[in-house]
Amino acid sequence: MLDLDRIRKDFPILTREVNGKPLVYFDNAATSQTPQQVIDVIVDYYSNYNANIHRGVHALSQEATDKYEEARQIIQKHFNAKHAHEIIYTSGTTHSINLVANGFSALLKKGDEIIVSALEHHSNIVPWQMLCERTGAVLKVIPMNQNGELEISVYDTLLNNNTKLVFVNHISNALGTINPIEHIIEKAHQFGAAVLIDGAQASPHIKPDVQALDVDFYVTSAHKICGPTGVGMLYGKEAWLKKLPPYQGGGEMIAEVTFEKTTYAGLPHKFEAGTPNICGGIAFGAALDYMNSIGFNAIANYENELLEYGTEKLLEIEGLKIYGTSKHKTSVISFNLDGIHPYDVGTILDKLGIAVRTGHHCAQPIMNYFNIPGTVRASFAFYNTKAEIDVLVAGVKKAKMMLS
Amino acid sequence: MQSIQEIQEEIIDEFSMFEDWEERYQYMIDLGKELPLIETQYKTDSNIIKGCQSKVWVHAELEDDKIAFTADSDAIITKGIIAILIRVFSNQHPKAILEADTNFIDKIGLKEHLSPTRANGLVSMIKQLKMYAIAYQTQLN
Repeated sequence: MLDLDRIRKDFPILTREVNGKPLVYFDNAATSQTPQQVIDVIVDYYSNYNANIHRGVHALSQEATDKYEEARQIIQKHFNAKHAHEIIYTSGTTHSINLVANGFSALLKKGDEIIVSALEHHSNIVPWQMLCERTGAVLKVIPMNQNGELEISVYDTLLNNNTKLVFVNHISNALGTINPIEHIIEKAHQFGAAVLIDGAQASPHIKPDVQALDVDFYVTSAHKICGPTGVGMLYGKEAWLKKLPPYQGGGEMIAEVTFEKTTYAGLPHKFEAGTPNICGGIAFGAALDYMNSIGFNAIANYENELLEYGTEKLLEIEGLKIYGTSKHKTSVISFNLDGIHPYDVGTILDKLGIAVRTGHHCAQPIMNYFNIPGTVRASFAFYNTKAEIDVLVAGVKKAKMMLS
Repeated sequence: MQSIQEIQEEIIDEFSMFEDWEERYQYMIDLGKELPLIETQYKTDSNIIKGCQSKVWVHAELEDDKIAFTADSDAIITKGIIAILIRVFSNQHPKAILEADTNFIDKIGLKEHLSPTRANGLVSMIKQLKMYAIAYQTQLN
């Protein structure tokens, strides 16, 4: 059981009002809120040891470097990577994906194949389209069914000896579906293909073990897991990271520079050109510590309770349809009211102090599949309550009354 | 003929009678529900102003020396605001349209809908109305 009273006190933002009403924050899949414990770490960094890292001989630089590298180890332990240098700091999931896509452009040739899923976020489609344009590789798509689940039997038939890469999100941002990545990884490996899993939506709910999954690349953003924006990570197996060429040139990523030749630094610095988001990296570690202090099993159990409660209550509203009805999903409810544009519903809910997301959630292919302009998406976190869901349900009823 | 300024003041007066956001929004929703604001033949892809979330269509025609605007949206609140904008800007001289500001939106409590970051296409729509005004102004000269 979670101690909700104590947990909610950790998040100062939850006490504020919006449009004169207590905030109900149900846009957690877009970004999570930040607990005081993480805010304190950010303040402490800028108040006490702000310095550039890795190069300085002075005390502040050393302290900042130590904390930054300690955070890398926290991230390593959290995802159970074999080595700390397999964790590359990035500016977030999109950056991580682009780093891998860019690296593969040197490895792919015409006729090679890349597989992505129909459940992808734009950031997970566009880089691969660009990569295919550059290399002449072919992009294939795993289709989805009416429940918003991937058609895994079709996936199995898409794989062949030309398949070099498979990219799937662990959990769909638009629908909340949990994809069977264990199967996807195992099958891809039978054909020697590498697998990149986008864990941005999964990380707040699931503690993945990258070694047990045997995944080649796993990426996420800190701001989905109670950390700050602008920082994230790429986990890559050591062998793969050694194989990929550097992404950006700059300071920090070099071993030796002459005008004739530059030798690159070893992992992880080869991929970390320039001054990184030092404070962000340290706060990322603090955010994982915070989440682990609550415990991912407890978080998942409670969020599941919220999902069941919210689904049941929302479905009592006549004319409300939920998109994404897989049995394996996280605490995301994407829905529409019959004949009413999601933007209108979102506008009324905002007036009531309820933060939801409306629109296509950067996943237009999914919206095209269902032939809708978008959905209203309510996504719950472990600091939300059933009482807040009651406020949402009342708000949706009010929106329906006003708009129909 | 009423000037843009006069119409804006009239709208501000109307909105001042509403006591809270609910009444304001109900009024806009009712405006939005009224008859189609644009003929189907003009509801084409080339007339779409793409906002991120709700679609907005605008069509303009020059009648004598005034521009007649018609428009529509797939979201009803957006449509309500469009109805208000059409009431203000339609059947006016291009020059008057170009010189007009949209501060009245702020005064009727709908400022948030005209923030450039609010992806509902309205900011682009006003820009489009002014573009038509520039085009027709050139034609009239």
